[in-house]
Amino acid sequence: MNIYIKTLNRDLRIALRNPSSIINPLLFFIISTSLFPLAISPEAATLSQIAAGIIWVSSMLAVLLSLNALFHHDYDNGVLEQMVSSHHSLPLLILSKIFAHWLLTSVPIILLSPLLGIFLFLDDEGIKILMITLLLATPSLSLIGSIGASLIVGIKNSGMLLSLLILPLYIPILIFATSAVSQAQFGLPIEGQLYFLAMFLALSLISAPFVSAIALKISLE
Amino acid sequence: MSSLIIRELDCQRGYNQLFSHLSFQLNAGEVLRITGTNGSGKTSLLRMLAGISAHEHGEINWGNYSVNSNEYQQEIFYLGHQAALNGELSSLENLEFLSALNKTADQQLLIQALADIGLKGYEEEYCANLSAGQKRRVILAGLFVSTAKIWLLDEPFTALDPIGVSLVEHQIQQHCQQGGLCLFTSHQESVLVNQQVLAL
Repeated sequence: MNIYIKTLNRDLRIALRNPSSIINPLLFFIISTSLFPLAISPEAATLSQIAAGIIWVSSMLAVLLSLNALFHHDYDNGVLEQMVSSHHSLPLLILSKIFAHWLLTSVPIILLSPLLGIFLFLDDEGIKILMITLLLATPSLSLIGSIGASLIVGIKNSGMLLSLLILPLYIPILIFATSAVSQAQFGLPIEGQLYFLAMFLALSLISAPFVSAIALKISLE
Repeated sequence: MSSLIIRELDCQRGYNQLFSHLSFQLNAGEVLRITGTNGSGKTSLLRMLAGISAHEHGEINWGNYSVNSNEYQQEIFYLGHQAALNGELSSLENLEFLSALNKTADQQLLIQALADIGLKGYEEEYCANLSAGQKRRVILAGLFVSTAKIWLLDEPFTALDPIGVSLVEHQIQQHCQQGGLCLFTSHQESVLVNQQVLAL
């Protein structure tokens, strides 16, 4: 088995033995989404309009919440040093870790989103498009997030700093993903938004692992 | 057999110049013990040699290869201050991953290495439940099965009992007899033959 699959396996195994790392972001996602109907209005007309926005903002914050842990443990216990000093490609090792992070935080959110969509009176077409945008754009969240996580890895109590670094880069994703869903609700074409999200994914896929690798090396100095 | 050549190496941490114009050569089969007071740059030197920290001045070469080349990285084993173990994984799982990062060794060899270093019966134990010395032994087991030529050991004797210390010394000796070379930091006197001492 090659080292990149081993890295993925290792991260999944560690997370499954410590399930709170998977459950906490998911619970945050469910709780924050379900608070909106209570605070704004339980009316179907209002909720179906803002449903996509609520679900997208909540999932974005849930991913952000989990990003701190991406490199933190490996930095603390010295595994990161071993990764840097090994002859394997550091960007690819990081990509494996990012993929594990996506599987552990975003996939549960994507699977749960139709349920919360129904709960917020989103129609079938809206739920379908919501899931497509989540599937297309959450990998970008993990990829871009890894840049921030690797920059702050050596800094104590850096949660706020991570949000400040990363959230501006998340904004375009948020805008295009939610506008795709609301346009679909009106029966308008949404190819433009989906192409943009796909472009964003491609861009972050080819750049984020390399930038993260450089940032990690700087953090380890 | 190539030798490790360090030329005019400088190290600065913050405003402190830890060492400057450091040059030495280590040939195959030689051991270098790096001594020095706390904060004199022993760990910094090893991290530079491991390619973890960048060096601004000077050169680090092994034969024709520089420190950042893939060929060099394949030949080093770096043992840092921390154990490089995850508490949620068993000693065997941790060891498998670490040895895969360096060079792949098969599972049977790793189980044998754990037994050799006195951790028989602890293969499935989570590393969170191991003592400091036992954690150290897990990563040392990884060192002993590695095929890396250059061993960079930062305080390898920390937390080890006298039997563990002599075991490590024996392995270093054997490694060097087979043409490897080893640099380690230690405050303790050791009895290794062919040993040179670098005082920072």
